Amino acid sequence: MASAELSRRGFLHVSFAAAGGLVVSLYLDPRSVVEAQEAPLPPQQPKVYPPAAFVNIRPDGKIVIQVNRLEFGQGVQTSLPMVLADELDADWTNVIAELALAADVYKDPMFGIQMVGGSGSIAHSFQQYRELGAKTRAMLVAAAADRWSTTPDQCRTEASVVHGPNGKSATYAELASDAARKPVPATVRLKNPTEFRLVGKKVKRLDSAAKCNGSLKFGLDLDLPGMKVAVVAHPPVFGGRVKRIVDDEARRIEGVRDVFEIPLAKGTGVAVVADKFWPAKQARNLLKIDWDVTGVEPADSSELWTKYRQLGQTVGNVAVSNGDASALDKIGAANRIAAEYEFPYLPHTPMEPLNTTVRFDGDRAEAWAGSQFQTGDQMAVAEVLGLKPEQVTFHTEMAGGGFGRRAVTDSHIQREAAVIAKRLRGTPVKLIWTREDDVQGGYYRPMHFHRVEVGVGPNGLPAAWRHVVVGQSLLIGTPFEAFAVKNGVDQTAVEGASDTHYNIPNLHVSVHHPKVNVPVLWWRSVGHTHTAFVMETLIDELASRAKIDPIAYRRQLLKPEAKKLLRPLDLLEKAIAGWRNRLPRGHALGISCHESFGTGVACAVDVSIENKRPRIHRATIAVDCGLAVNPLSVESQFQAGLSFGLSQLMAKGAITLKNGVVEQRNFDGYVPPYIVDAPVAVDVHIVPSTEAPTGCGEPPVPVISPAVVNALARLTGKRYRTLPLVNI
Amino acid sequence: MATYQINVNGERREVNVHPSTPLLWVLREDLKMTGTKFGCGISACGACTVHLGGVATRSCIVPISHVGDRAIVTIEGIGQDSVGRAVQDAWVEEDVVQCGYCQSGQIMAAVALLKHTPKPTEQNIEESMGGNLCRCGTYPRIRAAIKNAAAKGGA
Repeated sequence: MASAELSRRGFLHVSFAAAGGLVVSLYLDPRSVVEAQEAPLPPQQPKVYPPAAFVNIRPDGKIVIQVNRLEFGQGVQTSLPMVLADELDADWTNVIAELALAADVYKDPMFGIQMVGGSGSIAHSFQQYRELGAKTRAMLVAAAADRWSTTPDQCRTEASVVHGPNGKSATYAELASDAARKPVPATVRLKNPTEFRLVGKKVKRLDSAAKCNGSLKFGLDLDLPGMKVAVVAHPPVFGGRVKRIVDDEARRIEGVRDVFEIPLAKGTGVAVVADKFWPAKQARNLLKIDWDVTGVEPADSSELWTKYRQLGQTVGNVAVSNGDASALDKIGAANRIAAEYEFPYLPHTPMEPLNTTVRFDGDRAEAWAGSQFQTGDQMAVAEVLGLKPEQVTFHTEMAGGGFGRRAVTDSHIQREAAVIAKRLRGTPVKLIWTREDDVQGGYYRPMHFHRVEVGVGPNGLPAAWRHVVVGQSLLIGTPFEAFAVKNGVDQTAVEGASDTHYNIPNLHVSVHHPKVNVPVLWWRSVGHTHTAFVMETLIDELASRAKIDPIAYRRQLLKPEAKKLLRPLDLLEKAIAGWRNRLPRGHALGISCHESFGTGVACAVDVSIENKRPRIHRATIAVDCGLAVNPLSVESQFQAGLSFGLSQLMAKGAITLKNGVVEQRNFDGYVPPYIVDAPVAVDVHIVPSTEAPTGCGEPPVPVISPAVVNALARLTGKRYRTLPLVNI
Repeated sequence: MATYQINVNGERREVNVHPSTPLLWVLREDLKMTGTKFGCGISACGACTVHLGGVATRSCIVPISHVGDRAIVTIEGIGQDSVGRAVQDAWVEEDVVQCGYCQSGQIMAAVALLKHTPKPTEQNIEESMGGNLCRCGTYPRIRAAIKNAAAKGGA
């Protein structure tokens, strides 16, 4: 299947012949094994990764590398080719990266599906891409050695050239077709880290220039001959159904081709197909639709809060129970803190509105989408069209952000597009969700309520901790349920709390998962978005109560084995020594630290209050992500990712529902951070490490909000436990 | 439908569209110039920023019937201008982009700023760039790139 699809794309013609039977040993880092509890499928058996599917050395010397994941800002389209090119000794200036089609060979080696998530790109594919590069190099060297009647050990490689004895040399391009006939070596020597030429160096992104001159095509920019554009009118309440459509006026708009009812993941909607976007949108505005919402629960934020607060007073399904569950009750009231937290629904609102293009040709189909879940989305398109997945050529389009929103287990966008394309057989149809569709369309970070009671010991450290979380499960009812839901506990709701690295002797964490008629989804850093806020604000409060420095307190409380937090805390302390005690009047320091997805982060911010909002003059980050494959990318992810984390502090940073209807429509009602809301400057310090690399896409997000409110608490004496942060 | 003659990146172009069609969609769908991006449709995010008569403008809310003969410059054409070229170069040098979707608009806003204020202060930057959303949050590097371009004095 893979090679058939690859051939269609036409990059195999001078490439290595696909050599089956190559078994690449699986790379498992112990931390990744822990993360794999969240995997949709059990870790796959070691499988075949033919270099031909990943590397194409063209006659012009360009080396085209297939990236087995979506690029949506995280930089993997540069970092994975760096890894392969380093072992290949390729000339980096001639490397071209392409986003791979959906195919078995491009599945994540750990997760077993083709996907981006869990900050797993580098963590899971570092070894895979090293081996692919090294094996390709070995085949080129073998071809050169044959040509010169010598042995491979007499050859060396540099910048896409093999050098042999007596000054002989040949370029990779010259050797490519001979090399393609060589067997793929079963094992290969990998570089010693001191031999790396690219890995560990600050390498700029491959996609910058095209993103700065308007030439890079995102999924929404796709233009195909005869293509039509579709928009869909969705029910005002999730699950509502079309009762009656009056579409005369809509059909009179010039360029409108069809108006018809379609099934949705929940309920039904009305599709409008037109020659272009503007007539489609105008026509949708003119539709008069009667909706049937009987039997559909009208979710309402204020009613949900009442229910959640009540639930939070009782113990839920137990996620962890360490020590004595009744220890808390033995601590006197003077030494107990009770804290309740509220977190609203949050939309992802990636800058590129959601979209998918599908063309159905009867016995096959083609789809184009910026997808985080190619495997599932390809299957969904196939299912709707009555095809097998391999009959759907699924193109991975560059995506304008995602943050989890393009990793949807029900593939609802792709299903909508496929349903419409099925009716317009032979015609490519681009489905566009407008910003209003996106903001109002569900799939939010679930709202959460936390109630924590802490009993403080004589040393000022927490002696007992009873923690109840209330929030919809992300995974119950999805294919992931079997792997990350145990005893009624969805791990993604308690991660960051139940597995805290703080040494709390009597720790009890439980969770309630109410069912609510609002579709929910992971939001960059998943459970850590709320658990880190609770943990890091409470720990900070306890440090203040004990009159201990916030860094020293954390260091004292962390388990000795929590190296990925202890090392960043040490580095952070050094990094902020120059400014922490020289803050201007009206400024305060805020501290936090949190580990997620195997990466430990410590954060310090310099905050004042301007126009009743937090003003973040500076943020300093210390991070331990193992070996930093591209330190420039790590730095960028942190500098920018902090802003994404700040989304939840914005005054209008929430989705609310009234009688089942979402109250926000666009970036006027839901307002994410703009430049004034972001840290003015961010300095990032990376713990030197040769440990296995871990991801950096999500770990920036959890630390920033608690650090900022910890600083605000020092300025105002108040504690902030309800988000968004409307009043300071 | 009506026919409009418009001036895009120094070229005369003719389009036949409904008068209410926003300039954004004329650029993207009729002229196939997709560098200008659709983000919100209500002038709240700045992804669709172009220069209209030399002024940074949200093309998503400007009907084609209101464009007239004002010169339109888009991300595809801004590199022909010395300030535009300097800003694009600075963006690459500072490795600003992540997903990159908002960056056409960011660059168009930054060029407009530097043409008016060649040596901007932090406050000038915040005012001029204040309406351009970046969900990746590349703001610190956007600041750095603007200062980089200003230091090189593209104007």
